[in-house]
Amino acid sequence: MSLRSPLGRVLGHGSAKGGSGHWYSQRTTAVALVILGLWFVASLAMLGPGAPHEAVTHWLASPFSAAMAVLLVLVGAWHALLGLQVVVEDYVGDKGTRVVVLVAIKFALVVAGLIGVLAVLRLAFGLQP
Amino acid sequence: MAQPQRPLSPFMQYRWQYTNTTSILHRITGILLSLCFFVLVYWLAAAAAGPDRYRDALEAIASPLVQFVLFAGLFSFCYHLLNGIRHLFFDAGYGFELPVARKSGWAAVIGAVVLTAVLWVTLGAMLGGAA
Repeated sequence: MSLRSPLGRVLGHGSAKGGSGHWYSQRTTAVALVILGLWFVASLAMLGPGAPHEAVTHWLASPFSAAMAVLLVLVGAWHALLGLQVVVEDYVGDKGTRVVVLVAIKFALVVAGLIGVLAVLRLAFGLQP
Repeated sequence: MAQPQRPLSPFMQYRWQYTNTTSILHRITGILLSLCFFVLVYWLAAAAAGPDRYRDALEAIASPLVQFVLFAGLFSFCYHLLNGIRHLFFDAGYGFELPVARKSGWAAVIGAVVLTAVLWVTLGAMLGGAA
């Protein structure tokens, strides 16, 4: 005897129906990152040799730069999450390990993304200690 | 006892060719870029923590290990960018003809090597952190 009803045992074995959303988000973030990535490389070049602190604060004091930097962090974390998820699902066979790795990646990227956004906002609003 | 003759997984039977190379490179560079994302956040957080912490961070970034990761990251950026654009064309239904797909694959690899060299010379001095 099991706690689960016969109906409960057979339900929920099909597709999660979220695949096309994942695929579409991966592409949308990819297009955004083409723009954001090129902007970031150009910005790095303009910061000058050694990227001095004053240059970084001046750069992110501009609302446009700050907005682009926040987007780079958010969209970058999202794209990385979607991409790493596909790689883990393809190569990590054991179901338990897979779930643990996927959750760990999600936690790490959410925390790092949040730190990145707060750091940019702090510089954008000039909240120097 | 004879084992039933089951087909091997595609992973076991595909011969090595440019399609596997461009595909696996896209995944490896994607993983490396994910690592570089954490370096980016570390750099931003250090800048937000003030000039002293920022100077320490630049010193840490100038270490040979991080420099190697950043160089690999720069190549990853260039390759993932170019091959990613190639994949967006695939997704839109273009470029599947074999000669075209082969040429665009080579263009992504060679373009990435050239772009990496150019950007490393342009950005190298500053990423090296003249702290």
